[in-house]
Amino acid sequence: MNTMETYTTPDGRTIGGPVMEMKNITLRFGGVVAIKDISFDIREGEIRAIIGPNGAGKSSMLNVMNGFYHPQEGEVFFHGKKRGPLRPYQIAEQGVARTFQNIALFKGMSTLDNIMCGRLTHSKTRFLSHLLWKGKAEAEESANREKVEKIIDFLEIQTIRKTPVGRLPYGLQKRVELGRALAAEPSLLLLDEPMAGMNVEEKEDMSRFILDVNDEFGTTIALIEHDMGVVMDIADRVVVMDYGKKIGDGTPAEVLANQDVIDAYLGVAHD
Amino acid sequence: MSAGFYFGVEVFLNGLMSGVMYSLVALGFVLIFKASGVFNYAQGVMALFAALTLVGVQSGQVPFAHLINAVFGTNVQHFGWEVPTFFALLIALAVMVLFAVLVEKFVLKHLVNQEPIILFMATIGLAYFMEGFGDLMWGAEIKKLDVGIPQGGNLWIEESTAFLGGDGFYGFYLDTLDIYATVIAAILVTSLVLFSKYTKTGRALRAVADDHQAALSVGISLRAIWVIVWAIAGFVALVAGIMWGSKSGVQFSLSLIALKALPVLILGGFTSIPGAIVGGLIIGVGEKMFEFLIGAPFLGGATENWFAYMLALMFLVFRPQGLFGEKIIERV
Repeated sequence: MNTMETYTTPDGRTIGGPVMEMKNITLRFGGVVAIKDISFDIREGEIRAIIGPNGAGKSSMLNVMNGFYHPQEGEVFFHGKKRGPLRPYQIAEQGVARTFQNIALFKGMSTLDNIMCGRLTHSKTRFLSHLLWKGKAEAEESANREKVEKIIDFLEIQTIRKTPVGRLPYGLQKRVELGRALAAEPSLLLLDEPMAGMNVEEKEDMSRFILDVNDEFGTTIALIEHDMGVVMDIADRVVVMDYGKKIGDGTPAEVLANQDVIDAYLGVAHD
Repeated sequence: MSAGFYFGVEVFLNGLMSGVMYSLVALGFVLIFKASGVFNYAQGVMALFAALTLVGVQSGQVPFAHLINAVFGTNVQHFGWEVPTFFALLIALAVMVLFAVLVEKFVLKHLVNQEPIILFMATIGLAYFMEGFGDLMWGAEIKKLDVGIPQGGNLWIEESTAFLGGDGFYGFYLDTLDIYATVIAAILVTSLVLFSKYTKTGRALRAVADDHQAALSVGISLRAIWVIVWAIAGFVALVAGIMWGSKSGVQFSLSLIALKALPVLILGGFTSIPGAIVGGLIIGVGEKMFEFLIGAPFLGGATENWFAYMLALMFLVFRPQGLFGEKIIERV
């Protein structure tokens, strides 16, 4: 597949050029190779899944994308430009938002405050003007609040607006975390196992939200997921990793037919 | 009512006021602990250093005078001018902000992701460094600090309450300085709470206090937040330094007030701003009332020296997270 061309999904959406390209990424922790020479791209408007067995290096890959880890080899291109070794908060400022496998919310803060934190990258007023609370800061705060209220409505979490998130059930916490990431209006949204530990109903809800986010805001999404059924349903293209290597890349149907992928998931007879 | 009862009330009120002074120091600890999980041993020395700087600037002292004189054989002591209190306050504040920047640059930055005990050790080092540095910069003699807050018994309160008692009662004796300290502490705490609740930076502060990784992922720079937190703690140290310095002179034993803040923190919890205030008040009132009711009549007095620590010990046994602290839950 040529990296510059666009393609059309079976459901009729047009997918644009690459938002983020990973080129020959290798990540080592001491002697352990977590990711070995992996390249793939994520294109504008698509839902890209990264799948693989436990320990395949999926979360490490996400951490490379948002700058928690810096690969020893390889390059990351973001919107066509090569990205230097930025810090995570700088990458967040560039428009990459993410959620975490083990939910990293601000547990003592309310749902509203958590999602408001997601707006920090869109806040231009400085420390001192906030201290003095003059017009500009106030106007910005209410504009941010408006955006956040929209997200709250979108995710149907109006009733827990003021609840400290530490008290919420797991499924709702995942939803709040998604809300916080959405508040940044990211050009690339990274979701680390958004459905881990959920029951069927919660999974269906979350799938719906992910599809809606993609559909309504046109957000490009890269997600890690274990549940093959879910991945096949919502992803446009899939990267399959195993032991830090890429063993498959393509549409869900293509990946499912790939012998390496079948071996990695079902095991292979040693004779 | 008997004079004894009124005397008890007076002791109670004085306890509240000295409690406020403890709270002021404890507040600085809580701010830094909340945002970075560091127990800042240097908080007391920061108060001392801030007060030293204030007096030094105000009285027009030449910084590093001893050093300059020793190296160049000169004899400079004073610039020969006096800086108005307001400007001296601004300069002292600027010095504390600069200090925050330097601490982040030379200490915290290099210790990211280290164990809390290592950061704690670093602040002990910082405390001794600052004590020596303050000595070198401003000299070790005891200085008188006067920022214009009146001192001594408040006559107005004394006279207007005198009618309450009989012959042996002349009205409540309250130090005006303590009353000022109480009002200032109340304003300080209110504005800190409002700041952390309703501003973007305050929200970022709370976010960092809650989860470093998540804070990074929403675009908060930890280093910028640490500078802000240490600068605010420096500001609180300046206020505490002014109050304690006005009361007992700016001297190096001022750094030991940090030790009195420890029981306050254990009572109030290390992570709660209201806790620091209530804890301070309980310790202040507790030690005065204990001395008045039990210590002096039955134990031979001087219980104020150890009462706070004993109370803290009891709390450690029965409620280790303090009154307002986050509950410690270990999941297995």
